[in-house]
Amino acid sequence: MVDTFVIPLLKIVIVLNATLVGVTYMVLLERKVIAWAQSRLGPMRVGPYGILQPVADAVKLMIKEDITPVRADKWLFTAAPIISMVPALIVYAVIPFGSEVSLFGRQVTLYITDINVGLLYVVSVASVGVYGIILAGYASNSKYPLLASLRASAQLISYEVAVTLTLVSVVVMAGSLSMVQIVNAQYNSHVWFVFAQPVAFVLVLIGGLAETNRAPFDLPEAEQELTGGFHTEYSGMRFALFFLAEYANMIVVSSVVTTLFLGGWLPPFPNVAAFGFLYYVPSWAWFLLKSFVFLYLFIWIRATLPRYRYDQLMNLGWKVLIPIAIANLVVTGIVRVLLL
Amino acid sequence: MGEAIAFYIIAGFILIFAVLVVTAKEAVHSVVFLVIDFLFVAALYASLGAEFLAIIQILVYAGGIVVLYLFVVMLVNLKRPPEAYADPHRRTTLGFALSAAMLLEIGVIASYGYVKPAPALAAVAAPVTGNTEEVGWLLYTSYLIPFEIASMLLLVAMIGAIVLAKREL
Repeated sequence: MVDTFVIPLLKIVIVLNATLVGVTYMVLLERKVIAWAQSRLGPMRVGPYGILQPVADAVKLMIKEDITPVRADKWLFTAAPIISMVPALIVYAVIPFGSEVSLFGRQVTLYITDINVGLLYVVSVASVGVYGIILAGYASNSKYPLLASLRASAQLISYEVAVTLTLVSVVVMAGSLSMVQIVNAQYNSHVWFVFAQPVAFVLVLIGGLAETNRAPFDLPEAEQELTGGFHTEYSGMRFALFFLAEYANMIVVSSVVTTLFLGGWLPPFPNVAAFGFLYYVPSWAWFLLKSFVFLYLFIWIRATLPRYRYDQLMNLGWKVLIPIAIANLVVTGIVRVLLL
Repeated sequence: MGEAIAFYIIAGFILIFAVLVVTAKEAVHSVVFLVIDFLFVAALYASLGAEFLAIIQILVYAGGIVVLYLFVVMLVNLKRPPEAYADPHRRTTLGFALSAAMLLEIGVIASYGYVKPAPALAAVAAPVTGNTEEVGWLLYTSYLIPFEIASMLLLVAMIGAIVLAKREL
């Protein structure tokens, strides 16, 4: 009873709440880091150094008037934010935040579940999230959201191909689709996959930026061309859901990259006895630290790089990333067969 | 018992959404119901223990192909004047004939399977365990030639689509 219902439910509650709190603080972090990059201070008024800003934002968004345009498709207009938020949250079911801890004399795994198609689950759930964006653009019955949503979905579909092809070479290395097994494979092969698969790492990082609609690939939200992107007609809490989904997806991408390439919860040099003291740091702390590095990197890139043009984005996806991904997969396969 | 209950609930939802697909007034709503229908089919696979098939169902059908349907439905003008539609009753006979043929086919397959159960796959027992591994093993050993032919067909279809869409290359 306790093992089948209580513990999984507790884990789900904790992960969901931690994610939502994390997401709101990602917004604050983003504003702060970009402000520092532009020698400003960022939010300073609410709480010391603005640390209560997310609370103020949340209250503001919740009490704002919620407007549905008259000519909108009511059902789809309501469903679209939900459709983008739900996939962004259920992905966390398979992400391993750590190995095992003993709590109150019970071994508890620090992941909600470990299914043997974990990585495919992440990819397929992410691909369902596209509907939120397309339907938001369609249901708004307004030209800018429609254009933005067509852009966004074309971009997501294109980069999904490149990212999925690249992930296959990691699966070839690990010999499993389970997220936990992929981390264990990195322990057994004595090397993080970022060193064994540097090309795949870069490809997944670029693809991850594009799939989360982040700068320099944030064309669906290009203000000067599209007034605000696919959520132009949304206000209040429904707009907030799109916003939260985008940041939740960023955290997902960071976690997946950490799991696949940076050894997940493993400390650096996991097999070297001289570095055994690194195991005194709990596994979830390593995981959070590594994920945080990627989140910071995403913000840093946004503050640094200008936006791509749309044809450049498509050329990069189809004519550069996909050929490299296929070549990388072929080379990985040959090396893997020859070495084993 | 639990499996049977799950099956009937999921099958019921599949039927409901399949009917909604053909009765929805707006084409975009049809496509959305189709996605939900595919998700329930994936749930059916998962309840049968075929988790690899379930995930592939979501990835390929719900996440891939239907997105392209949505593109077409959104970009093509479907608001034709009513006289452009053919009389809906014109194809009734053909529809009933096709449905009868389909039902007969399903009945034959089902009764055949009932009389003569499928040979146990243990004869070609894969040296691997796990759903994904076994699918891969069977595809690349017993079903290698059909698999390769299917991939050739898909390649030809892909090149054909590009040639048709791009008049000058």
